[in-house]
Amino acid sequence: MGFDPSFSSRQFKSVGTRPLRPDGIDKVTGRARYGADFNMPGQLVGRVLRSPHAHARIKSIDTSKAEALKGVKAVITAADLPDMTAGDAALHSILENCMARTKAFYDGHAVAAVAAVDARTAREALKLIEVDYEVLPHVTDVDEAMKPDAPLLHENVFTEGVDPRPSKPSNVAKRSQYGHGDVQAGFREADIVIERSYKTEQTHQGYIEPHACVASVNADGTGDLWVCTQGHFVYRDQCARLLGMDISKLRVTSSEIGGGFGGKTHVWAEPVALALSRKAGRPVKLVMSREEVFRASGPTSATSIDVKIGARKDGTITAASATLRYTCGPWYGMWAELGAMTAFACYGLASVQTVGYEVLVNRPKTAAYRAPSAPMAAFAVESAVDELAGKLGMDPVEFRIRNAAREGTRSSYGPVYGPIGIGPTLEAVREHPHMQVPLGKNQGRGMACGFWFNFGGQTCTDINIGVDGTVTLAVGTIDVGGSRASLSLVVAEELGIPYSQVKAVVADTGTLGYNDMTDGSRGTFSSSMAAISAARNAIEIMRHRAAAMWDIPADDVVWEDGQARAKGENHGNLPALSLKEIAAAAPNTGGPIAGHSELVADGAGVSFATHICDVEVDPETGSTRVVRYTVVQDAGKAVHPTYVEGQYQGGAAQGIGWALNEEYIYGKDGRLQNPGFLDYRIPVCSDLPMIGTQILEIPNPNHPYGVRGVGETSIVPPLAAIANAVSNAAGVRMTHIPMSPPRILAALEAEQAG
Amino acid sequence: MVAVTLWGQLRTAAGGDEKLEVEAKDIRELFRKLAERYPGFEPFIARGIAVSIDGVIYRDTWSKELPQGSEIFLLPRLSGG
Repeated sequence: MGFDPSFSSRQFKSVGTRPLRPDGIDKVTGRARYGADFNMPGQLVGRVLRSPHAHARIKSIDTSKAEALKGVKAVITAADLPDMTAGDAALHSILENCMARTKAFYDGHAVAAVAAVDARTAREALKLIEVDYEVLPHVTDVDEAMKPDAPLLHENVFTEGVDPRPSKPSNVAKRSQYGHGDVQAGFREADIVIERSYKTEQTHQGYIEPHACVASVNADGTGDLWVCTQGHFVYRDQCARLLGMDISKLRVTSSEIGGGFGGKTHVWAEPVALALSRKAGRPVKLVMSREEVFRASGPTSATSIDVKIGARKDGTITAASATLRYTCGPWYGMWAELGAMTAFACYGLASVQTVGYEVLVNRPKTAAYRAPSAPMAAFAVESAVDELAGKLGMDPVEFRIRNAAREGTRSSYGPVYGPIGIGPTLEAVREHPHMQVPLGKNQGRGMACGFWFNFGGQTCTDINIGVDGTVTLAVGTIDVGGSRASLSLVVAEELGIPYSQVKAVVADTGTLGYNDMTDGSRGTFSSSMAAISAARNAIEIMRHRAAAMWDIPADDVVWEDGQARAKGENHGNLPALSLKEIAAAAPNTGGPIAGHSELVADGAGVSFATHICDVEVDPETGSTRVVRYTVVQDAGKAVHPTYVEGQYQGGAAQGIGWALNEEYIYGKDGRLQNPGFLDYRIPVCSDLPMIGTQILEIPNPNHPYGVRGVGETSIVPPLAAIANAVSNAAGVRMTHIPMSPPRILAALEAEQAG
Repeated sequence: MVAVTLWGQLRTAAGGDEKLEVEAKDIRELFRKLAERYPGFEPFIARGIAVSIDGVIYRDTWSKELPQGSEIFLLPRLSGG
């Protein structure tokens, strides 16, 4: 309460240093407990029966034989998860995704589940469940799904955002539009216009840890859930609503997380595990296999994007437009809309228009993936920008600098920018030594920019000070990338104590107020703001405790450098009291010392990055090798620079996989052909060069230390930067992601054939 | 009185208007008055509207003041990964 989050310049002692992370030893020794590492006495094994069809009506399900099998304790279908979503369409899509109701909408859609005494029995029971399907025509391609004669997923979906409302249902769930100015007039002013179409294939976040949980529901309606998630409070609320439980009676404990990247931002199997436990009266452990993760969790959209950009000979862009079509899976999302908003956000444009189409297809429900939807839009736009610079005979960096958005620019998604960092990242790239490294044979260099919004959100933290002066920081945002270290640094900074004196933990939902999940690059931004607030509240209490110890008015006590000092002539001889001394006296000065904070951390500030990439292409095989890679991004203030660099490198590494190898491949039968890491190849260490990083620190005016989120923007430029590098190396413009060897070879052969 | 700019879908709910003048001191009052004036706004407010004030996006701080002369832009509530 009364907390002022405004930035104020200061000299840091702890923030900006690089201590070891508190969870490091457990993780490298295997002691860290992930979702599947938790067990409860008497727990059962849960298994899910999944549709083998891409699109099918469920005529009936007979579970009687499975229920009769010895060792089976519960079998559930959609009938055990009645609709309690009360008109909430987003929650209903989650419910329908957790367990198919009248139709199976994709290969892998859950149709039933069992809980049994062991895995063998559970698997046997799945085979005994008889599902009578009426197989329906399916569609998995985004462009095919938009055609008037495409197989229809829902009879009740009429395109939103179109006036008048269409009279016929379609797979186009929504049309959105952004922009300003007169693009047609702008194109008429242009000397050169580039117009191209691009495609990107569907990718998965590729988190190493699958979805895993242990659920226990008691006869009195209370329950526990131990789960791998990006947001245990969000999971609690969703599960409670879907199962008709009281929110406060479901306690959710988050495990360590082996990656999420947006894929663990809403529930998938957890309500199923809870429903099984409720029916069986025993705890149930449910762990997805890798195949299930690919088939039935939430990959990103496949896209089809048209871009048109015009410029005068002097290098000024006169107009830009894009039409973006994104798959959503079977249910409505705002994936194309996010693409439409972010596509041209890096540029100051007099005339710009983007149109997004949300397209329903027989693929898994699309989920967020790190700066969701922005990488695909950036791939298309930054490819066209690069090509346009080439046609104009301009250096691609200088061309971007000339057209970059700056303070006062009206963004392509609407608002006017305040102070922003796209210009500084471009200027840093122009001066970066990477740009001067000579290229070898068959090598090409590319660069590209990226944008993401960043968010804050509801946040709650507690600080508890032990009698020995050590400090426990309890946060409610999941630590996905080292935030416990960063937040400990913030508390150490604020209290004026060493980092080693602070222990950060992620509290369960029963012991801390609600927290939004770790998404939108908000973990460190939001929880550091709340931790600062909580620390200042604890300091206020310690100031009063010191006053009590000295028997002087609290107004005469100030907090400086981790100590209480008496001010004024009357108290000049009193020696300072350290946090440790005040903590030791706590039992007799009022009891435990704690600081609490609950707030909404808004004002996260938008984020920009520019990447440089050198790629070598083998013209005989079409294979590629990333030779050099550099990330330049604004962090506002890097609380723990090593983990900021880690976010930069991680985003680039995922982007490299997306750009060069990763894709969902569907057969004509609509079944996923490559649901495993052998056939869906993510980059490993040997595929990557050391990814260089440069952290810019342009303070965020809406955070006390100037912190900005850093987790997502780093995945926005890689697709385009690598496409530009490959195109420059191969001498042919690449327009289809991933740029796998067959696609590169085909492009080379087409170029040679003229 | 603050000038408020609407994103595309909200314009339809506002009868086609792109810009509105609203007497509101903070986001809460803005939403209340918009819902009174345009009942079609209510589902959008329920689904989530983000308010950009001079380029900084606020999703949840309904007590945030709307300074006179600032640029107020309404956007759909966004989420990240």
